[in-house]
Amino acid sequence: MAKNPWAAPRPSLRFIHVWRRNLLVWRKLAIPSMLGNLADPLLYMFGLGYGLGRMLEDVGGMSYIAFLAAGVVCSSTMMSASFEAMYSAFSRMHMQKTWDAILNAPLTLDDVLFGELAWAASKSFLSGSAVLIVAAVLGLIPSPWALAVIPLIFLTGLAFAGLGLIMTALSPSYDFFMYYFTLCVTPMMLLCGVFFPLAELPQPAQWLAQLLPLTHAVALARPLVNGELPPSWLIHIAVLAAYAGMSAYIALALTRRRLLQ
Amino acid sequence: MNSRINAPLAASGLRKSYGGNEVVCGVDLALRPGECFGLLGPNGAGKTTTLRLCLGLTDPDAGHIEALGHAVPAAARVARQRIGVVPQFDNLDPDFTIRENLRVFGRYFDIADSVLEARIPGLLEFAGLTSRADTRIQTLSGGMKRRLTLARALINDPELLFLDEPTTGLDPQARHVIWERLRNLLKQGKTLLLTTHFMEEAERLCSRVAIMDHGRIIAEGEPQSLITQHVEPHVVEVYGETAPQWADDFGRSRSERCEGTGETMFCYVHDPAPLVGDLDGRGGLRYLHRRANLEDVFLKLTGRDLRD
Repeated sequence: MAKNPWAAPRPSLRFIHVWRRNLLVWRKLAIPSMLGNLADPLLYMFGLGYGLGRMLEDVGGMSYIAFLAAGVVCSSTMMSASFEAMYSAFSRMHMQKTWDAILNAPLTLDDVLFGELAWAASKSFLSGSAVLIVAAVLGLIPSPWALAVIPLIFLTGLAFAGLGLIMTALSPSYDFFMYYFTLCVTPMMLLCGVFFPLAELPQPAQWLAQLLPLTHAVALARPLVNGELPPSWLIHIAVLAAYAGMSAYIALALTRRRLLQ
Repeated sequence: MNSRINAPLAASGLRKSYGGNEVVCGVDLALRPGECFGLLGPNGAGKTTTLRLCLGLTDPDAGHIEALGHAVPAAARVARQRIGVVPQFDNLDPDFTIRENLRVFGRYFDIADSVLEARIPGLLEFAGLTSRADTRIQTLSGGMKRRLTLARALINDPELLFLDEPTTGLDPQARHVIWERLRNLLKQGKTLLLTTHFMEEAERLCSRVAIMDHGRIIAEGEPQSLITQHVEPHVVEVYGETAPQWADDFGRSRSERCEGTGETMFCYVHDPAPLVGDLDGRGGLRYLHRRANLEDVFLKLTGRDLRD
């Protein structure tokens, strides 16, 4: 392993055991974890949606809270995947040495990384879906097309899981992750159309936003919950898939370099 | 070379450098089925790196490794299916109970849950942890954790076990329990590769040892024959402020070899009678007369300097 860390990934199906291990830990704390994951996005949705929403006629042809709902589904997916792929994965890799134990069994680092990716995406899928369900219960989701958002949540989760694992591979300590949150996650929250339409931004910022994965998740999710397929849907999916694929590959190479030398 | 054909683990010409610093410089190893082989060496000698190479966790720069008939690292995954590992530092899963630690680790080997459930009670008993099976591991003592780590390494019923300093940090009671368990495993016919810097541990458990320093194996053989081969059979240790002076006046000239660290002198001799007679007659100096052991060999070959 690892003569060349940039060699093609060669995961096996045993990555499922890593995913299952994390699921088993999560199950012990499932209820507080889900509530924690829901609290933040729901506070945004209700606080801004009702508070700010009263002052606004409608945004993009819908009530502000309905506008916000699709955005918050995507941003909470991003948050959840990022936290899991950074803080939690770093604990397993660096503090608890869980990965070292697994590597003594017949698993490779490729299996471990794929298991972690799949797990972070799964966990963020639960968070994003939970927000979607709450929004649906509140009658903010007018169209059954919103079901198409469910696979989109998973793809979004994969993209942010990969990016988070890149940070984990580079990180000397937990403090390092603050840079990523301050320099990447928070700007994306504000620039990618979660809270207001992208068109409200100055043109250069709009161009910049087109490079960011969250923009494409929101650009798909918001029309879908209203029963429309945006004309550029294929581009949005392609960008998210490219982020997911490239980040997974880079994260794997950097982690191989870190652990297998 | 014939002995290598059935060797559970054979390595030849292993080399590994990190950033221009060669930490393993041409290591050859061949384990015999059912033996406990000790890899001894001071900190930084290259023991752990050698183990990592043999497990296929890192690629050698040069050399060949075969573990249980499989080329490593190419087929390391297949080899690890029948290898158990006790790492130097505990990496038990803190989120799980004792039983869950065993179960989850067993799944990594693709062992069916029904097989695991049948196997776990025996392992709990082996580790002496049956009554605590469903407690979280944070509450366990160091000795219990080590026993659980050893039990975990047996979950796949391995033929070959790698033990990296399995008793470091344990109290004597806990250490004796681990030794007893390891002897038990030898009786079952398993092959053990043990790294340690406790010479007493190596002498008790190992049929053969290799002493490693600066990435090279500098001596190899049965503990007893290494002792006869490399050091004089008797040691007189003399303690006290005036011990170095005594050595200069008397001890050194009557010993084959005489070494000191601080206020302790070590005199290596075939016939201890003249030294012991003089010390008894003189009085005032504390001394210990004992038979030479593996530690004396180790210190002779690797020196008394601190390794940090």
